[in-house]
Amino acid sequence: MNLLRLSWKNLTFKPLNALLSVLLFALSIGLISLLVSLRKQADEQFDNNLAGIDLVVGAKGSPLELTLNSMYHVGYATGNIQLGKVKAFFNPKHPIVEDVVPLSVGDSYKGYRIVGTQPKILDWYGASLGSGQLWQHDFEVVVGEEVARVHDLSLGATFKSNHGIIDEGEENNIEHDDDFTVVGILAPSGTVMDQLVLTTNQTYWHSHEGHDEAGDDEAEHHHQAHDHTADHAPASLLEEDPEREITSLLVRYRNASSFQALNFPRNINENTELLAANPAYEISEVRRQFDSGQRILGMLVLAITVVSALSIFIALFSSLRERRYELALLRTMGAGRGKLFLLIILEGIIVATIGYVLGLLLSHGILSVMAANISDDFRYSLSPWRLLPEEGWLLVAALGIGFLAAVIPAIQAANTDIAETLTEN
Amino acid sequence: MLTSKDLSFQYPDGERFQFPDLSCGAGETRLLLGKSGSGKTTMLQLLAGLRRPASGDVIINGQSLGALSGTALDEFRGKHIGMIFQTAHFVRALTVAENLRLAQQLSGKAFAASRMYGLLEQLDLQHKANALPGKLSVGQQQRVAIARALINEPAVLFADEPTSALDDENTAQVVSLLTEQAKMVGATLLIVTHDNRLTSLIPQQTRL
Repeated sequence: MNLLRLSWKNLTFKPLNALLSVLLFALSIGLISLLVSLRKQADEQFDNNLAGIDLVVGAKGSPLELTLNSMYHVGYATGNIQLGKVKAFFNPKHPIVEDVVPLSVGDSYKGYRIVGTQPKILDWYGASLGSGQLWQHDFEVVVGEEVARVHDLSLGATFKSNHGIIDEGEENNIEHDDDFTVVGILAPSGTVMDQLVLTTNQTYWHSHEGHDEAGDDEAEHHHQAHDHTADHAPASLLEEDPEREITSLLVRYRNASSFQALNFPRNINENTELLAANPAYEISEVRRQFDSGQRILGMLVLAITVVSALSIFIALFSSLRERRYELALLRTMGAGRGKLFLLIILEGIIVATIGYVLGLLLSHGILSVMAANISDDFRYSLSPWRLLPEEGWLLVAALGIGFLAAVIPAIQAANTDIAETLTEN
Repeated sequence: MLTSKDLSFQYPDGERFQFPDLSCGAGETRLLLGKSGSGKTTMLQLLAGLRRPASGDVIINGQSLGALSGTALDEFRGKHIGMIFQTAHFVRALTVAENLRLAQQLSGKAFAASRMYGLLEQLDLQHKANALPGKLSVGQQQRVAIARALINEPAVLFADEPTSALDDENTAQVVSLLTEQAKMVGATLLIVTHDNRLTSLIPQQTRL
């Protein structure tokens, strides 16, 4: 019968007394862990997908929307831009732009977005092929690790794309007629690449022509003639019709801190029909919004934590009144003041520990429910059962709070006057 | 072995007690008698080291209680003194057996199951080992308290009005158990009481 067991027996003898304390404590720990986990994983998600992109160029609209759509593949595009208007960006001798990746978006496959782009986007995002080869021809696709896993796609598999970026269920989907063929599957990279279907920009034009001119036999024939033929590698975008449209450009600067680079977005925004968005700025705006929300929640959590600590304190304090005689008895049986102090401290710490464990289960339970929903809407893959080092510190803090809440009752227990208590009756 | 010399005690409210000297041998049983308010319980607490005397000293098994302090006194009490109170109190969350085991462990001795079950059997409590003390009758509770006081084979056994809550039958049983068991472990037994049923049973008496 060591002290820990004695404390445990005391607590479980009247479990309802401790229940409220445990639940409040679990609630506060759970909320803290939830906030920390969400924040941490959101930050990582943002950081992993920065891909060294200095500028996003697209159609006029909201710069935040453009950034989120082009870099994170969340939300809607601001519109399309004509190739002719952005040809200058592709010039290898451009004084500011070092490199550029064109994006065409708008179609999807069972909830996963199809992105028309060039293979160098993989290098930008630090992703690599897990198997197969890169897309070279129209209607060849390389699928992200998650897409392949969820929809059981293997090399050589074919599928039809859906018009639109949201999976609206079997009946509401408008399918394009053309078959895409999986030629490669990406290795998991922890970036948004895991969740994309990649193909050429030109594929978008072909599939939309086919869609727009459905029923036109000649167009159909034209398609069959030119689809999936090994000798037809898409021409450089620069050689395509300047009237053709893409959605946006991801841009890397030669020297991001140069004076010209700093003024570049403003020049574009003021002098052209294009929108240039600085992702670093847009993301810091998102983070700022996040921060202020988190501050408010943080205050709420602090209040709950204080109340839960108080509840531990009150529960111990009132149980001491009932147990005065018991404590005096322990003294007559040879337990010193130190042991009584420790006995009560341990009760506080046990409550805190149980609360901590329940709290983590609560927060990670919520995360795993969220993970299922969030992945579709936000291209945001949560790892619900990942424990953070912060949560280790949270345990230390929880034990500290358990200790602090118990320390006054424990001192009182240690100072029990045996003789007075025993003669009270 | 229990001796006391020149014991006196001063309550903060000014009430002062002067107590007679005591000297009891091992295995001796003695009654400490007095009207209520005569300071019987106070003297018992001084003898058990639960209070500090204003003057004088108590010596148990050659150890002066005045020379011990704090944890050392608590430990000495756990090892060498057994106490029985008017109403039996226990750690309510623990079973009878666990309460006895706790007493054994708090005294710093190793847990001896045979000693515990032997005692419970002698006190006719073997079937109550796993019951919570709160579920026992008053007489049974007092017997468990006796078992707890005896489990460490103390040098001195103090009983403070152990029979005042019991009927005649239980009183006779408890007194005979107390004296018997104290003899078996060679403990000095000091019973503080104003219960006249005991005076005829125990000839050695000190009056306050």
